[in-house]
Amino acid sequence: MSKSEVDSSRRNWVLATAGAGAVGGAFTAVPFVSSFQPSERARAAGAAVEVDIGGLKPGEKLTVEWRGKPVWIVRRTPEQLESLKKIEGQLADPNSDRKQYPTPDYAKNQHRSIKAEVLVAVGICSHLGCSPVDKFQAGAQPSLPDDWPGGFFCPCHGSTFDMAGRVFKNKPAPDNLEVPPHTYLSDTKLLIGEDKKA
Amino acid sequence: MAEFKEATAGAGVGEKVTVWFENRFPTAFSEYKKHLSEYYAPKNFNVWYFFGSLALLVLVIQIVTGIFLVMHYKPDANLAFASVEYIMRDVPWGWLVRYMHSTGASAFFIVVYLHMWRGMIYGSYRKPRELVWIFGVLIFLCLMGEAFFGYLLPWGQMSYWGAQVIVNLFAAIPFIGPDLALLIRGDYVVGDATLNRFFAFHVIAIPLVLIGLVVAHLLALHDVGSNNPDGVEIKATKDASGKPLDGIPFHPYYTVHDIVGVAVFLFVFSAVVFFAPELGGYFLEYNNFIPADPLKTPAHIAPVWYFTPYYSMLRATTDVMVNVLAVLTALGALAALVGGGFSGKGKLAVAVAAVVAVALLKTFDAKFWGVVVMGGAVVILFFLPWLDRSPVKSIRYRPVWHKWLYGVFVVFFIVLGYLGIKPPSDAGTLISQIGTIFYFGFFLLMPWWSRIGEFKPVPARVTFAAH
Repeated sequence: MSKSEVDSSRRNWVLATAGAGAVGGAFTAVPFVSSFQPSERARAAGAAVEVDIGGLKPGEKLTVEWRGKPVWIVRRTPEQLESLKKIEGQLADPNSDRKQYPTPDYAKNQHRSIKAEVLVAVGICSHLGCSPVDKFQAGAQPSLPDDWPGGFFCPCHGSTFDMAGRVFKNKPAPDNLEVPPHTYLSDTKLLIGEDKKA
Repeated sequence: MAEFKEATAGAGVGEKVTVWFENRFPTAFSEYKKHLSEYYAPKNFNVWYFFGSLALLVLVIQIVTGIFLVMHYKPDANLAFASVEYIMRDVPWGWLVRYMHSTGASAFFIVVYLHMWRGMIYGSYRKPRELVWIFGVLIFLCLMGEAFFGYLLPWGQMSYWGAQVIVNLFAAIPFIGPDLALLIRGDYVVGDATLNRFFAFHVIAIPLVLIGLVVAHLLALHDVGSNNPDGVEIKATKDASGKPLDGIPFHPYYTVHDIVGVAVFLFVFSAVVFFAPELGGYFLEYNNFIPADPLKTPAHIAPVWYFTPYYSMLRATTDVMVNVLAVLTALGALAALVGGGFSGKGKLAVAVAAVVAVALLKTFDAKFWGVVVMGGAVVILFFLPWLDRSPVKSIRYRPVWHKWLYGVFVVFFIVLGYLGIKPPSDAGTLISQIGTIFYFGFFLLMPWWSRIGEFKPVPARVTFAAH
């Protein structure tokens, strides 16, 4: 075989056939890989959620489910709001400038909310998706610094967030807690998942 | 095709049947000889050499118990947890099958870690066994995938949040990460779609690949022959008929020998299955007996023990650690420039690479680098055959301080594993950062340190004292 001359015409046809086969194979892979994407049903399940926060007292937290994620609604006490001012130097992104989980413009303030006392945030740590726990009580306690101002603590990797869901510096989580799009339908009716622009 | 054989005149029924099969399926006979009755293994195997055959045994246990579990399990987010409890309480002997499978998972990692350690100390990955080692590391990766996908199936709190954490690791990859995580989950959070596809991976996709790799691992091993505790090539010294003088046929010698290992293993395995199937929360975490709740993370999430060394490395990669890594990269490049013996172009390449590396370290989040460190800790194993430059294979003939270094390596690996189980603490983070740096230093500096020191002469034949 090695002695005989290569029939370059046949070889070209073999190459062309193999190439066409490879292209066909690649196209065949598209539907299989696409089937990994969220189904139409999963996409449709992302509808907005209406919540009545009339009964929420200062210092209390309410958790509702939106797109399968926990969304927290916290009515903060004046002391908790006061604590947000003192700790800006210890935060990684006090003004919510990072773009990974963009903060809506109406929440781009110190308290990260429309109404100063009501925080609405997705209760999922921006590190690896654990749900942080409430550590509203200020002061020294296990796993937390002695000058703890009150906030949230992620039990998985120790990230800490203040009462506005802003992450402290040098923690595994890079971003503040996500503020979902939300709007007030009335004084006590909150719609999570949609805002006015939409 | 080979010549058709005829049974000798007056042969018994047994011989006639054998000849009938030999004529129609000669491969079975030649492969039996090649892999068992005429596969010559070194005669000086010690206790470390039990773990290869034990890994095969555990694989069989996992496949058989897995098949029986699938008969009762329901891969549905609403039914999965209850179906596992149904197996535990209502299916006759279901608890035993399930505990064998869950204990088997941990046993698999114990056996495989010891098997890998054997390869490390006796240089079993060195030429000509590089591919045997690489197939082995691929098997290890498959096992990790198998363990991870399988852990979601009971749909307990740890299943759910463990999967949530690991899938979100992929979200840390710049640019494509969030879409990739979405593609893996098939939903915006871990849910029914995720459970279903993980089930498919756990019971079909990965096992098929795993079995293929095990076959490749064994075929490649039987092509180049087994290493031994002396790191001496037995094929270098053959008798007149071409058989290695220091080799004995795998069957019957090592088949019988391995039965002893199997007996001891089953002793321990049964003890765990019957008396401590949860093993104090290490083999089956207590939080996993609570059904998955997407709205409430358990107070403390830790992976199962076999992932914790790598998990510690992930947690160790904080902003401070990234700065340390940047400084170490710069120092490494500086050392390479001064003493690496590179040409002008090489020096430029090293300098550019170092600058790019430091720039990337500072550009992306520590979260992403944590994932890189975690993945790199496994991927680096692939390169071991080329990192080790010592003139001898076996630790027996290496300088004493090499043995200490290997000892410290194991200690750090265990400490990292221990810290990965514990809740995060400042001291723990610092120790795991030191451990992580040691782990990578051990491998990355191996091309230099493995050559240094006084090596003992390696004998021509294996050392073996008959009992």
